[in-house]
Amino acid sequence: MVDTLTATTVDREVEARARTRPAIIDCDVHNELDSIKDLYPYLSKRWRDHLDAFGVRHPNSGYYPRFMDNREDARPPSGRRSGSEVGVLRDRYLEPYNVAFAILNPLSPAPVTLDLELGSALATAVNDWQVAEWLDREPRLRASIVIQNEHPAAAAEEVRRRARDRRFVQVLFMGRTQEPMGRRKYWPIYEACAEHGLHLASHAFGAYGHPITGAGHASFYIEDHTSPPQAVQANITSLVVEGVFDRFPCLRFVSVENGFGWLPALLWRLDAAWGLLRAEVPHLERRPSEIVRERVWLSTQPIEEPHRPEQMLELLDHFGEMRDHLMLASDYPHWDGDNPDVALPSQLPEEWKRRIRFDNARELYGL
Amino acid sequence: MGEITPPVLVDCDLHCEVPRVEALFPYLAEHWIEHIQNTMFKGASVSYYPRRSPVAARPGSLPDGGGPAGSSLELLRAQALDEAGVEIGILGCLYAVDSVHNPDVALAMASAVNDWQRAEWLDREPRLRGSIVVPVQIPELAAREIDRVADDPRFVQVLLPVRTEHPLGSRLYRPLWEAIVRHRLVAAIHFGGAPVQPPTPTGWPSYYLEEYVAMAQVFATQLTSLVVEGVFDLHPSLRVALLESGFTWLPAHLWRFDKEWRNLRRQVPWVKRAPSEYVREQVRVSIQPLDAPPEPRQLVEIVDQLGSDDMLLYASDYPHRHAFDVETDLLAHLPEASRRKIRSENARALYRL
Repeated sequence: MVDTLTATTVDREVEARARTRPAIIDCDVHNELDSIKDLYPYLSKRWRDHLDAFGVRHPNSGYYPRFMDNREDARPPSGRRSGSEVGVLRDRYLEPYNVAFAILNPLSPAPVTLDLELGSALATAVNDWQVAEWLDREPRLRASIVIQNEHPAAAAEEVRRRARDRRFVQVLFMGRTQEPMGRRKYWPIYEACAEHGLHLASHAFGAYGHPITGAGHASFYIEDHTSPPQAVQANITSLVVEGVFDRFPCLRFVSVENGFGWLPALLWRLDAAWGLLRAEVPHLERRPSEIVRERVWLSTQPIEEPHRPEQMLELLDHFGEMRDHLMLASDYPHWDGDNPDVALPSQLPEEWKRRIRFDNARELYGL
Repeated sequence: MGEITPPVLVDCDLHCEVPRVEALFPYLAEHWIEHIQNTMFKGASVSYYPRRSPVAARPGSLPDGGGPAGSSLELLRAQALDEAGVEIGILGCLYAVDSVHNPDVALAMASAVNDWQRAEWLDREPRLRGSIVVPVQIPELAAREIDRVADDPRFVQVLLPVRTEHPLGSRLYRPLWEAIVRHRLVAAIHFGGAPVQPPTPTGWPSYYLEEYVAMAQVFATQLTSLVVEGVFDLHPSLRVALLESGFTWLPAHLWRFDKEWRNLRRQVPWVKRAPSEYVREQVRVSIQPLDAPPEPRQLVEIVDQLGSDDMLLYASDYPHRHAFDVETDLLAHLPEASRRKIRSENARALYRL
């Protein structure tokens, strides 16, 4: 009796709080594996045995002690890893925060696995797991297709396998690819994306061997954690300069968990460099910023926090119309997420906030 | 009657180039000359500045007698000093000794470049100041070279390529920072560098254009590293000049960096203040390339976002070529007091000129 009463009270509270919050589309929510064993039901015996014996080998890029894992309030009563159960995500995040849609980006070992066949099998397993344990159980969820992008043939096949399930809205790359994303190697994947109107997303972190900076490995986690914008800037530059957006006229790129404050200065520098160095890239006929402004979207987290509030307005003015390519993301349940209640500075006009919280993502993903 | 300030100009980023390796022979020991000749070593290459590319040589800067732009004192004197009215110009020789794996050769070449710089540039043109070239990849040897030449007050800074094998704040570089501070020199971190790893976190890009664009992010890395490792805290008198870095990327980087520090400062308790405070106090940035937004108003906003008008240094980056004119595209839009600071006062304070 007491339990029922309590539950009812909690439900009402949740409902009331949800009503006071504007609806959002969250472009970066993480569904976590408690361990690789979560994928065993979706893997063949050959790979289960392999994992038991050898585990997952990935590039040994060193380790930064974080001493902060996922949010404790996302830990299921079962004791499994925070963020690893759909019911907890629903009750503690989707409901109270009035999340209309959330896009899942599982950060699995698949894209960093050195054995490319295993990596591809893991990617398929992750996607099966997403369908069975997340998408089928919660209608507000959408997901990214996980691939092992260093094995483009298998990755393209995986994209085609999932594409008919429209709950998959994009194809997920990790931030630090083996080669810049515009290089020919990856084009078969883009071809599969283009065939099915799927977007291309690049999520911060994840490494295939290169240091996180152009000057080597940093010493401290804070440096590692400050640096993801570097990889995404290199990848955007590469996609533009190699002509990927010309070759695939419908392809759109979504930057996830890289913040967005760096974008205007990147465009200014790209345009200046193009003006000087056009002779090197005669195939690049348009100003790079024009291409980026048409094709690139960015999720907000971790949102830059300017020293004075009006500077966020200046930054968005530097975005110009590309302001409508910004989409709210929380990064739930990671420790470094942005709280959707306070992520957007109160100085922003209400209409801009609504667009960033909801409309921009709805339009991009057709939700 | 108002006092009229003479139009003084300090150019913090001029380049002299070693025309060919033989030009260094007068400054190399006999056995190194023999080694270079026997191995047909053409000298340290600078792939990060393709010599004949439009960015490497502005029109008219190639000497008639051959050789790369920046290899003729007469041309530099006429084009970079006389024409522009530069009172003091600071030379940086981008000789890529950091690309030489053999440590003894790297040190010998660095020493030769410094002696060549003294004899063929500084001795001949009193308006010029020099930058000490060091084998940054071996910090102990770099420190030894600084100790060797720092007595010459015409060397006002140590030239460090922005692309290094490890971020420059790393403890591996302590001997280097100690030598810089010991001699009260400025640490000039400059565009370029030839360490082993690729210039981006996603590997080697196909085009030079990409490498050029990505270099701004490597500057961000070095600032992050110097703050996080406590180099600024350890050496409060240290001043770092970012040369040819661009600066329009800097405010957004500092917003992100300050946020990271608020979240993660307990991992680096020796970083006592917000990173942006260290940067404003101890870092200076040259204004070429400008990488300017389309509207002058937006550029003025970026300058304001830096939060200090003590930070910017006038630079032409002669003989390299850039997309913007710093006079008409930047200085013309700033108040007179800021213009004066950028043209000379900030550099005079930095280099104690």
